[in-house]
Amino acid sequence: MMLRLLSVFAALVLWAGQSLAAEPVKIGAVVSVTGPASFLGEPEKNTLEMIRDELNAKGGLLGRPVELVIYDDESDVNKAVLAAEKLLKKDQVAAVIGATTSGSTLAIMNKFPAAQVPLVSMSAAEKIVNPVNPWVFKVAPSDRHAVGRILKHAQAKGYKKIAILTVSDGFGQAGREVLKELVPAMGFTLTADEVYGPKDTDMTAQLTKLKDAAPDAIICWGTNPGPAVVARNRAQLGMKTPLYMSHGVASRKFIELAGESAEGLMLPAGHLIVASQLPDSQPQKALLLAYTSQYKDKFKGDVSPFGGHGWDGLKLVAKAVETAGSDKPAAIRDALEKITAFPGIGGVFSFTEKDHNGLDANAFEMVVIQGGDWKILK
Amino acid sequence: MFAGAPQYLISGLTVGATYGLTALGFTMIFNTTGIINFAQGEFVMLGGMLAVVLQKAGAPLPVAIMLAVAVTALVGCLIERGVIRPVGRTAPVNLVIITIGISILLRGAVMLIWGKDTFALPPFSGSAPLAILGAAVQPQSLWVLFITLLLLAALKLFFSRTIHGKAMLACACEQKAAALMGISVDRMAMLSFGLSGFLGAVGGAILTPITLTSYDVGVMLGLKGFAACILGGLGNPFGAAAGGLILGVLESFGAGFVSSAYKDAFAFIVLLALLFVKPTGLFGGPKSDRV
Repeated sequence: MMLRLLSVFAALVLWAGQSLAAEPVKIGAVVSVTGPASFLGEPEKNTLEMIRDELNAKGGLLGRPVELVIYDDESDVNKAVLAAEKLLKKDQVAAVIGATTSGSTLAIMNKFPAAQVPLVSMSAAEKIVNPVNPWVFKVAPSDRHAVGRILKHAQAKGYKKIAILTVSDGFGQAGREVLKELVPAMGFTLTADEVYGPKDTDMTAQLTKLKDAAPDAIICWGTNPGPAVVARNRAQLGMKTPLYMSHGVASRKFIELAGESAEGLMLPAGHLIVASQLPDSQPQKALLLAYTSQYKDKFKGDVSPFGGHGWDGLKLVAKAVETAGSDKPAAIRDALEKITAFPGIGGVFSFTEKDHNGLDANAFEMVVIQGGDWKILK
Repeated sequence: MFAGAPQYLISGLTVGATYGLTALGFTMIFNTTGIINFAQGEFVMLGGMLAVVLQKAGAPLPVAIMLAVAVTALVGCLIERGVIRPVGRTAPVNLVIITIGISILLRGAVMLIWGKDTFALPPFSGSAPLAILGAAVQPQSLWVLFITLLLLAALKLFFSRTIHGKAMLACACEQKAAALMGISVDRMAMLSFGLSGFLGAVGGAILTPITLTSYDVGVMLGLKGFAACILGGLGNPFGAAAGGLILGVLESFGAGFVSSAYKDAFAFIVLLALLFVKPTGLFGGPKSDRV
């Protein structure tokens, strides 16, 4: 009898102990795994799962396993809203990482102050953190940082007149606004402002017009394939005016598409693509190289800055959980805001009450394309 | 102000040649079957994409292009035999809707097989620009214009000198009479689909070194090609080619002299204005005769 009671008691204790140990730290994510933005979302999802496994292999957070609830918004704003609702109401997660696109983030971010749960966005739009929303953070650098980096370089070169050529989609329009604000603000004259369509296959007319305006340098803002056509047309027209591209083309694909005409083009790029060229003292270098090889081994594909946003999002939340010693949403939020000098993939993050992006123009490195590869510009 | 004019003209002619080649394909099928084939832009896309894929697989450039063109022509024939013919005699509008379905199917298939990336082909003879009248010209632009003219001349010969060409014209004029004279109208319809696949694919393959290609380039090309067709006068192959060139030049001048933000709008505004004045198009006859 006594033995039986003891064994029941022991079983109960074991069960309770297991259920205690199994109580996971629940983190949600809204990612565009499929749909038009899947080229951003897929590496993000891969990275998030990779980091979760890594955390769990090391014993999880606060001695508890990490559970990641990832919903695919299919690059659809409405589905992102539903996913956010589910994470907050049904899954009761401690924090959410996402969404992938700026449109989706802007659509879901107002739910978070009401639910008192922190959101760490992986998309770029400046509006996400400006004005600051106490519950919303962002790990992707803003266009402002990239433009600032280009213009700093142009200043050092002594350029005075700048012409801009932007694509007429969301990315280009956002870039154009920042360019039109910062170019005069940083002491340059804006001599020409041309636009091209995202599906255009010939930009010689725009470039000829720019040529007539005789700028010292041209800044082109777009994502593939438009900038590749611009580069090709520039070479075709025999133009020697220095051409800056945006960080939107910092991928191998651009060099492949633009071919020889990519030679000598300059752009601001995250440290990831030039990790091996960084000095050893650079705080991100070791983890950039580690992430690159880890991702390549696991997914047999190239790393991208977008996967890096996933890395930054989850690692920052993990760090906040650890420093707070709790997975209460409010505690995570407070701890996030106090993170300083945290080396990530996108840059070195220092959040404050007023800055929920935590990055500056140093998140970008100016690179030049030489011999079909990226070279850091001194 | 007018310093850029020669450059705008050259750029416009190169882009216009694409529209012209797409428009030619439209007229081929319209002339024998009375169908507007909205998968025409996808033929152009297939020509470019297949050439890229074959070239990446290791085929020399000329071989890759010839294979790509042959396969696309075959796809054209298969579409007629497999989809259009079984539907049989029905209102042309039903067939037009079928071609829209085919275009979506082709686009989807290419996206699933080769992905959503953009691809490039190397130019046929280097990329060092030539200076003509103060304008910089890519050697590839000359290839495009030369091959377009060559195709036009070949088509002219085909329709006036060969029995198949004449048979196709006969089907266009009066299908019943042509059938009574022993011409297989079905065969001619298949031939016209094959021919328009051929024309589209050549266009796609020779333009890819300049314009790059991806699974969805056919949408805009189809639209512009159709506009070029209407501009030149529906059913007139030479009008279609000329319509394409005019459309390209208009766009280029519009972007250069007015504003690049409204580039796509100019061509369509001019097209609408023209249709109010001359509904048969620039080179369309006064009657609604289709030849």
